[in-house]
Amino acid sequence: MNGAAGAAEPRTLAPPERRRVSVAANRRVGAYSLITALDAHGPAQPRPGQFYMLASAEGWGGGQGERPYLPRAFSYARAERAPEGVLLSFLLEDVGPGTHRLGQLAEGDPLHLLGPLGVGFTPPASGRRAVLCGGGIGAAPLLCWQDHLAAAGEFCEVVLGFRSAAHASGAALFAGAPTVVTEDGSAGSQALVTEPLCASLTADPAAAVYACGPPAMLEGVRALCAELEVPAQLAMESGMACGFGACYGCVVATRTGFVRLCVDGPVVEAAILETALAPGAGH
Amino acid sequence: MRLCGVDLAGPVLNGSGTFDALAARRAFGDALLERFPFDCFVSKTITAEPREGNVPPRLWESPGGLINSIGLPNKGLAGFLAADLPQLAELPVPLCVSVMGFSRDELAALVSGVAAREEVALIELNVSCPNVETGLVMGADPGETAAAVERIRPLTELPLIVKLTPNASEPAAVAVAAEQAGADAVSLINTLKGMALVPGSTRPWLGGRTGGLSGPAVRAVALEQVATVSARVSIPVIGMGGIASGADAADFLAVGAAAVAVGTESFRDPSAGRRIGAELRRLEAVPAAAAGAARF
Repeated sequence: MNGAAGAAEPRTLAPPERRRVSVAANRRVGAYSLITALDAHGPAQPRPGQFYMLASAEGWGGGQGERPYLPRAFSYARAERAPEGVLLSFLLEDVGPGTHRLGQLAEGDPLHLLGPLGVGFTPPASGRRAVLCGGGIGAAPLLCWQDHLAAAGEFCEVVLGFRSAAHASGAALFAGAPTVVTEDGSAGSQALVTEPLCASLTADPAAAVYACGPPAMLEGVRALCAELEVPAQLAMESGMACGFGACYGCVVATRTGFVRLCVDGPVVEAAILETALAPGAGH
Repeated sequence: MRLCGVDLAGPVLNGSGTFDALAARRAFGDALLERFPFDCFVSKTITAEPREGNVPPRLWESPGGLINSIGLPNKGLAGFLAADLPQLAELPVPLCVSVMGFSRDELAALVSGVAAREEVALIELNVSCPNVETGLVMGADPGETAAAVERIRPLTELPLIVKLTPNASEPAAVAVAAEQAGADAVSLINTLKGMALVPGSTRPWLGGRTGGLSGPAVRAVALEQVATVSARVSIPVIGMGGIASGADAADFLAVGAAAVAVGTESFRDPSAGRRIGAELRRLEAVPAAAAGAARF
């Protein structure tokens, strides 16, 4: 499969405690919020595809249905070195009480953060170009992965699918000119992201696909890559209470049994899955 | 402090199944050992045979808490003894192994297998399961609990802790039965049975249909049960249920618990046990009258 077999897994260790950090900025990117936090005491180099558990340090609880209670898992979008630490950015969409509260945070607000957690993406095998495929908010971990591959001199194609033009604003965060499609045709062609992905892979199957997005999209990518015999790594999501293997709640079914996405993922080789339609995701 | 003859640096344990020290070591490395959150580590419950656990979804966030339907995934006794126990022995605190048997013979085999290993300091019996021979939930029935403890008591000199379920008509009666049958301690509460529906539907959300509720939502129930059980038994009581602060832990100790365990709060912060221990030490350094005045 992708990457060098036997190479150390792409995992930067996290300090074993939640940290209280400060929100540096929260700006709107179309339908999304891009929250940046200054992590003064965490590792400077998380691996693209890894995630952090986030919770507002204040007012976490007492929202819709007296939630949120648990922290929420987010792949980091970018990690930039700053004199005082590392500036971590997270892309989020208001889809539930947790993301709603996080979206309210403003500069200076305290944020609880744990991470980086899980395993990230593995670079493509020699001779294969990287194709990054994002669906909606799933574009987030592909941002730092694009940066990482570019810094390593790897060519990288980016195809993104969004619901609408408001969501497609997220594409502007990428370098270069990613291919953008939308479900309603309000930006780019009206298509599912698997269509431009299929065209790209058919034209040149010497590729390695890196995908993140909703379960139905990931299943489309998985099935397509299996058919075309292109290796793929999927950054998956599942309802998660802890993020470090304690609760056993975030399992997804693989060909060999359940794996915990938080410690054995969130990035998994598509080939280990019979389906990427994992139940229980959402915030 | 000493718990059932085992020296502990403090009174904070983890609730079984709420902290996987081996997975946490993968995420945090050896820093986990240097800043280990608990004074005694309780393993996830081990069964005789390997278990995959329940189909997802396994979690539901509820007001101030969590309903889980995990289904006791574990490697089984042989896998645990061979693969996990040697690694758990590297932890800087005494080790308590939690076991569950679906019959008394199975429980006896588990206790014998675990007790034979010198890495183990204490054994906890998770009796929140049906006895396949009688159909009764062992921990919900004083007679079933007494029979289970009597069966395994002669098999080991290690301290035996019986983990009580709150889903019994009278947990204190089960605690008394456990004590009379030779248990060295009881721990409570396990999760309360709970359920959630897929929003806007008539279908259960959890793959296992029902689950166990934990977190601050259950704390008041837990405190009452710990108080009632503590008044009825003379063996140590390990209190747990929604403890999220040193003040919460102090409440459980105040109603008679000898030690406390942190569970769901660790999901929010892996170092919660350390923080709660430190908060508890600060509270204990304050004269009781002043602490009371400060809290009300």
